[in-house]
Amino acid sequence: MTDLPTQTTRKLGLVIDLDTCVGCHACVISCKGWNTENYGAPLSDQRPYGEEPMGTFLNRVHSYEVQPETGTAQTVHFPKSCLHCEKAPCVTVCPTGASYKRVEDGIVLVNEDSCIGCGLCAWACPYGAREMDQAEGVMKKCTLCVDRIYNENLPEEDRVPACVRTCPAGARHFGDLSDPDSEVSQLVENRGGFDLMPELGTAPVNKYLPPRPKDSWDDESLLAPFLEPVASEPTGFLGWLDKTLDKLPGGSA
Amino acid sequence: MHPAPSVIAFTTLSGIGFGLLFWLGFDATPPKGMTAFIFFLIAFSLAVGGLISSTFHLGHPERAWRALTQWRTSWLSREGVCAIIALLVMGLYAAALIFLDSHLALLGWIGAILCMITVFTTSMIYAQLATIPRWNSNLTPALFLSLSLGGGALLSGRVTVALILLLIAGVVQLIWWKRGDTAFEDRGSTLGTATGLADRGTVRSMAHPHTAPNYLMREFIFVIGRKHALKLRIIALVLMIGLPVLCLILPFSHILAAVAVLSHLAGVAVSRWLFFAEAEHTVGLYYGMR
Ligand code: SF4
Ligand code: SF4
Ligand code: SF4
Repeated sequence: MTDLPTQTTRKLGLVIDLDTCVGCHACVISCKGWNTENYGAPLSDQRPYGEEPMGTFLNRVHSYEVQPETGTAQTVHFPKSCLHCEKAPCVTVCPTGASYKRVEDGIVLVNEDSCIGCGLCAWACPYGAREMDQAEGVMKKCTLCVDRIYNENLPEEDRVPACVRTCPAGARHFGDLSDPDSEVSQLVENRGGFDLMPELGTAPVNKYLPPRPKDSWDDESLLAPFLEPVASEPTGFLGWLDKTLDKLPGGSA
Repeated sequence: MHPAPSVIAFTTLSGIGFGLLFWLGFDATPPKGMTAFIFFLIAFSLAVGGLISSTFHLGHPERAWRALTQWRTSWLSREGVCAIIALLVMGLYAAALIFLDSHLALLGWIGAILCMITVFTTSMIYAQLATIPRWNSNLTPALFLSLSLGGGALLSGRVTVALILLLIAGVVQLIWWKRGDTAFEDRGSTLGTATGLADRGTVRSMAHPHTAPNYLMREFIFVIGRKHALKLRIIALVLMIGLPVLCLILPFSHILAAVAVLSHLAGVAVSRWLFFAEAEHTVGLYYGMR
């Protein structure tokens, strides 16, 4: 049934650090790779080497510029995948029961064998987190790598979503957001983690951490004094070398 | 939103088809025999044809029966269930009129009400979506219901009722457009709230995730049609309401009646095209577009 559970035992999700994300898209590629080779229909591509290549992605990285009222603009890379909302509107609209939210961990999934590909759930998601696979005609979305995180055939360190495992900047964190003492909850607490489009009442589980304030051009670096040139004129052996080289044809530097 | 022809055809045809069935069901002196056959044939073709065309955009139409299972939460599922029950009841009512020459009034009333509930469930599929503020309003069911009732009255030849209902539908349409034009701003979602970066400055989309467009952009961002929106609104209103009303006021002739019906259908189709083409989804914000 597409009734939402009133409460889930755990709330597994991601915390994404907009301060450290460098916009390398590695998480996009590892997501596409894992989810093409594992759970459900592969993520197809259309005209991958032709004009206007398109394809299904469960995670995409946008890049934004934030221009404050004064000072320089800041670039923010912005990865976005399903936020596994507590009040997921995508689930309740589904006519077939293919979309559901799990009671045990709060993960929002699509049962592809029941999906008729009507697309209504993608219409209901404010974040663009669901994509209809053009080859399979079924709805695809982030599974939080449900086939990795509980997979006892994988080494312990690999039992996290592929994007988290791959991120070279450590910008992606995975954990239980219902536990206030978990590492992810602590990050949200300490760094002022926030929801996307809270005005729509979807209560996302995934949180974003804001970019830290940047230093300004006027700030004097603490290290500046140590960067002064130590000797402006070379002396000793280097001085001799300098003079000798100057004398060679080709003129002085 | 991408204006998919199958969905436009579906809402236009089934809306007017169920409207016609409504009036046939409520008729105190309904047509019988051959005349009944023709009326019901038209009504069922429109309603069923619309429903069938709506399955064209499905990725897996062979599993469409599954869509009847989630009526507890899903308006799309409720629509499927209501449509089937309404068509079955009206089918029995029609069969009695055509073949047995008997008028089962109570069955007709029940069928008529079920037809309007079906149109209501169709409209709620759109009206429920908070992601599309232009649709997310009680005015959307009002628009679909008034057009269905007015169109049905027109098709069933009820001159006075059709006149009044069409004028009401025209007014609802105007109010719907008026509200819709500011609905997105009124909801307050911006690229700032979408990224949570609003309090640090003005957010601008610098680079899309990929250089080529994707499913989301194709489905949710449609800007081409808006350029001519005002002209198309006028065309819709003239075809849907203006011309049919004029035909109804003039002395009756079969040609005028046919013109009125065809013009109305074309007008509703234009209005439905705009319904989708002008609708802005919150996903557009992430792409710096609407
Ligand atoms: S992000 Fe979108 S797809 Fe994911 S749970 Fe929320 S509404 Fe559903
Ligand atoms: S596309 Fe599939 S998962 Fe989405 S609402 Fe339709 S049937 Fe449900
Ligand atoms: S892999 Fe990490 S740093 Fe690279 S785009 Fe993804 S979140 Fe950002």
